[in-house]
Amino acid sequence: MHTWIFEDWSGWLPRLLDGLLVSLQVTGLSLALGFSLGMVFALLSSSRSRLVRWPSVLLVEVGRGMPALVMLQLVYFGLPSASITLDTFPASVLALTLTTAAYTSEIIRAGLRAVPAGELEAADALGLSKADATRFVVIPQGLRIALPALMGFAILIFQISALAFSLGLPELLSQAYSIGAATFRYFDILLLAGLLYLAITIPASWLVGRLERRLARHL
Amino acid sequence: MEHFGRIFEAAPVTLEVTATCFTVGALLGVVLVSGRRSRSWVVRSVSRVVIDVLRGIPPIVFLFIVFFGIGSGAITLSPFQAAVIGLGLISAAHLAEIYRGSLLAVNRGQFEASQALGLGRTTTYVRVIGPQAMRVAIPGMVTWAISLLKDSAIVSTIGVAEIMLVANQDARASGSSLTPFIIAALIYIALGTPLAFLSRYLERTLSLKR
Repeated sequence: MHTWIFEDWSGWLPRLLDGLLVSLQVTGLSLALGFSLGMVFALLSSSRSRLVRWPSVLLVEVGRGMPALVMLQLVYFGLPSASITLDTFPASVLALTLTTAAYTSEIIRAGLRAVPAGELEAADALGLSKADATRFVVIPQGLRIALPALMGFAILIFQISALAFSLGLPELLSQAYSIGAATFRYFDILLLAGLLYLAITIPASWLVGRLERRLARHL
Repeated sequence: MEHFGRIFEAAPVTLEVTATCFTVGALLGVVLVSGRRSRSWVVRSVSRVVIDVLRGIPPIVFLFIVFFGIGSGAITLSPFQAAVIGLGLISAAHLAEIYRGSLLAVNRGQFEASQALGLGRTTTYVRVIGPQAMRVAIPGMVTWAISLLKDSAIVSTIGVAEIMLVANQDARASGSSLTPFIIAALIYIALGTPLAFLSRYLERTLSLKR
């Protein structure tokens, strides 16, 4: 007989919350590392030297062109044959960092390009070196333009972290699936997991929308 | 080389999943966007919740709900059917948002002019607003098709024999597990790149500002 559904839910919830914590950790780490690496790639891809620009653009296109699932499996199942063996957690973080870097470098590059040319001319007129102009004029303004898109991507990476299920990382979806396999109540448990994902993504995208409107006021 | 042959043979399945889900999404997206612009607030709110939920839930979680949650109970779904329902509905929500954005891009004057001519609501949308909105929507739709192509890799987890599943089997069977995944990545890039160029080309040719 079906027992009262909420009783089960409250029994399952602690395990799911443990999983959610792992999902958030993977997401947070991958974003922090990926944004930094993305910034580097954005600058390299905007370089005036072709020798620097082309390899960087190529790497970014490869990273963006392959599905995140392929990246995850390549890092976890593929790298051991190149004698690099990673545990599920570092493997997930590495794969999602690379995916994040590839996507965000394009977002950041678009932001940097959107900085008005007059700003650069003004920096030049003030006698700022090229490096200083980039550091103090272009990057702060460019990042501000890119911010809503970057935050939108952060939500996407949180969703993508569910794919680490395929490596056996004990994140939210894995926990839900293993409870499902033990109880055969796949629908209930997966629905609950889905609701937990939504509890993060829906308020987050609402906040991003608000931020976007707020920042647009001053542009 | 034999790796490549086996994995490449699965490419039509990936394309079939992508194309079917895209078609389902493109049609259902029209239904959702109509709901989103309905005059009844109940219909509007329901459509909005459906769109937000489908866009907020990770695709793989939704796919599992459809395949393991629904498809293993009273009704049985094949992996392909579950994939089409799962990714098709998610596509519908994303495409509905693309349609909505493009409808907003149509000048208000077009609505007023239609009204002044005495056209009904349906005629206004089908004959006047729709065609103009399509122009704006198409590049975004192609961009979604590229995302969908890559997202379709997740249907390997419920057993659809597309590129990713075959690559995975190949990696397990053969000693070297790096090559199959690199081949899979290259095939996805080879399939996605022409679409990316198409999107950029359409954006240029369909844009009204020139």
